[in-house]
Amino acid sequence: MKTSHRKKIKLALRYIAVVALTILFLFPIYWLFMISFKTANEIYAYPPVWWPETLQLSNYRVLFEDGDAATVGNSLIVAGVSTIFAMILGTICAYSLARFKTGGEHLANWIISQRMIPPIAIVFPVFLLYVWFGMVDTYFGLILLYTAFNLPYVIWMMRGYIMDIPISLEQAALVDGYTRWQVVWKVVFPMCRAGLFATAIFTFVFAWNDFIFALVLTRTDVATYTVQVTHYFGGQSNFWGKISAMSVLGTLPIFFIVAFMQKYLVRGISLGAVKG
Amino acid sequence: MADLKINSLHKYYGSMHAVKGVDLEIPKGEFTVLVGQSGCGKSTLLRTIAGLEEIDEGSIEIDGEVVNDVAPKDRDIAMVFQNYALYPYMTVFDNIAFGLRARKTPKVEIEEKVAEASRMLSIDHLLERYPRQLSGGQLQRVAIGRAIVRQARIYLFDEPLSNLDAQLRDEMRGEIKRLHRELGKTMIYVTHDQIEAMTMADRIVLLRDGKIEQQGSPLDLYERPATKYVAGFLGSPSMNFIDGMVTENKVTINNSNHSLDIPEQIKNKLTSHANKAIIVGIRPEHFSRADIANHQQYSKLSVNIELVQPTGSRSYVTFRLGQNPAVAELRPQDLLGHNTTIELSVDMSRVIYIDPITEMTI
Ligand SMILES: Nc1ncnc2c1ncn2[C@@H]1O[C@H](COP(=O)(O)OP(=O)(O)O)[C@@H](O)[C@H]1O
Ligand SMILES: [Mg+2]
Repeated sequence: MKTSHRKKIKLALRYIAVVALTILFLFPIYWLFMISFKTANEIYAYPPVWWPETLQLSNYRVLFEDGDAATVGNSLIVAGVSTIFAMILGTICAYSLARFKTGGEHLANWIISQRMIPPIAIVFPVFLLYVWFGMVDTYFGLILLYTAFNLPYVIWMMRGYIMDIPISLEQAALVDGYTRWQVVWKVVFPMCRAGLFATAIFTFVFAWNDFIFALVLTRTDVATYTVQVTHYFGGQSNFWGKISAMSVLGTLPIFFIVAFMQKYLVRGISLGAVKG
Repeated sequence: MADLKINSLHKYYGSMHAVKGVDLEIPKGEFTVLVGQSGCGKSTLLRTIAGLEEIDEGSIEIDGEVVNDVAPKDRDIAMVFQNYALYPYMTVFDNIAFGLRARKTPKVEIEEKVAEASRMLSIDHLLERYPRQLSGGQLQRVAIGRAIVRQARIYLFDEPLSNLDAQLRDEMRGEIKRLHRELGKTMIYVTHDQIEAMTMADRIVLLRDGKIEQQGSPLDLYERPATKYVAGFLGSPSMNFIDGMVTENKVTINNSNHSLDIPEQIKNKLTSHANKAIIVGIRPEHFSRADIANHQQYSKLSVNIELVQPTGSRSYVTFRLGQNPAVAELRPQDLLGHNTTIELSVDMSRVIYIDPITEMTI
């Protein structure tokens, strides 16, 4: 009786803590959304306006009328396509490393070490190279760069997931009459589906959030939303309405992706954690 | 014609020499058991047959065709793995049909064959389930179903029963034997369990440290082991090895006043070992109570009982012969009373003699 009482109190305290933390983390997002619906007066009002009088959409309308919103589309294209490329290529490389021990024991370590290069260290050489090849401000240029930059991460993660698959599952399929490629498709992919999705999400988010590469390697044609936002910080004044509306547009895709993939994301991350 | 022929096969894992020159011929339709201690290279040998491991030397022929460089999928082999190797994201039906689909079998035929195989294994009511919803024994049946549903030239089993509990293992042993009889296919079965080997095999191939120690029918190996290792490996409880010395008509047991009479028919076999050390191998069941067996082929011993282990139908009695511990298998009624000293006879016609230097039987 007494212990169950104590348990209830414990549980209640835990819920309170969870709610408090959630508010703490959600508050900036709430604030961002609210600003995007406010008029200029409401934005600068003191005391702050918690809930705008009307949820007016003029900040968004401006973005769409001026074509600025297309930069979100650019982000979607470069992040999406580079994620697909990195996942396909990376998974194949990872399979080769995991199962054929390609390059010996240490190649995998070398590959992941490539991921530790700070972008700023390579962005200017890459820029010069891109100028030479005429790839600045093209989809192809950004996609290539994001694919290359994400490849080590994908290879490393997928190698871990693949090594966790009991090898006899693959061997049984080989004996049953499947080719290696079929084994990868019919056994490896389904066996590490959660890992694939989790890795793809992280890869996508990296490309989505990137600023430095996009800043240096784009002009107007394929500028991503992260670059576009910076244009609203002016010398005299900042366009907070536009900044917040653009930020909301940039947040929504990630929000939906994570919401839909939550199941895989959680399972994929915990799979990786067990492996260490 | 031999269905499978292996010629001086060698396999290395790095510097580790796992298979050290194996020659083996397996006729069509035979049930061969590869048996040996864990780590002796049984699985490796099986996997080279399947094409899952490359070989470093030698050759493997199936139906007269050298398959060294043939991919596993083209060898026409079916294999049951130790840990079942079932796909968790597929139903039992799909797991069993998996190999048929690789060969582009028509849908109707797949359904017929899966139905037939699952009926043979009494898993036809489980076809819609997923592997996680099955017990160990059911998983094992599905794994076997996956192999037998296909028309393969050779069926390989790698310790398929080692994850099951004892009772289920007994049951499945019989089941696999029955399948072999019904299908009449060449089967190669790997196990470390000598009872499985003895009960299931048409032929046993006993491996030791990457080499074949002896092969033959189960009774052949049991009654006429070529080496001390084989003699000790087969049989439970295992054979007693007694150190002794050959003198004229007897083997005197070291450090004791016991001796065993050598029967007439064996005498000339042992002449070359006269006055030399010898190991006498006696199976526990070849001891009996002295008063029961009173014949010239029996040799009498009087021993001090150290331990009695009744199992119901038989009782195992532990005692010493010289320095060597020994076990005799007696009928429970032979042990009435609490005598610590007991008269035993040894059936000398069944005893084997081992050269202690070469460890070969004489
Ligand atoms: N993939 C491998 N890499 C290195 N050594 C291995 C590998 N597979 C097996 N071995 C070694 O080869 C020997 C034989 O192994 P195995 O054929 O699995 O034995 P068994 O099946 O008889 O228990 C063992 O010593 C084992 O450690
Ligand atoms: Mg093994």
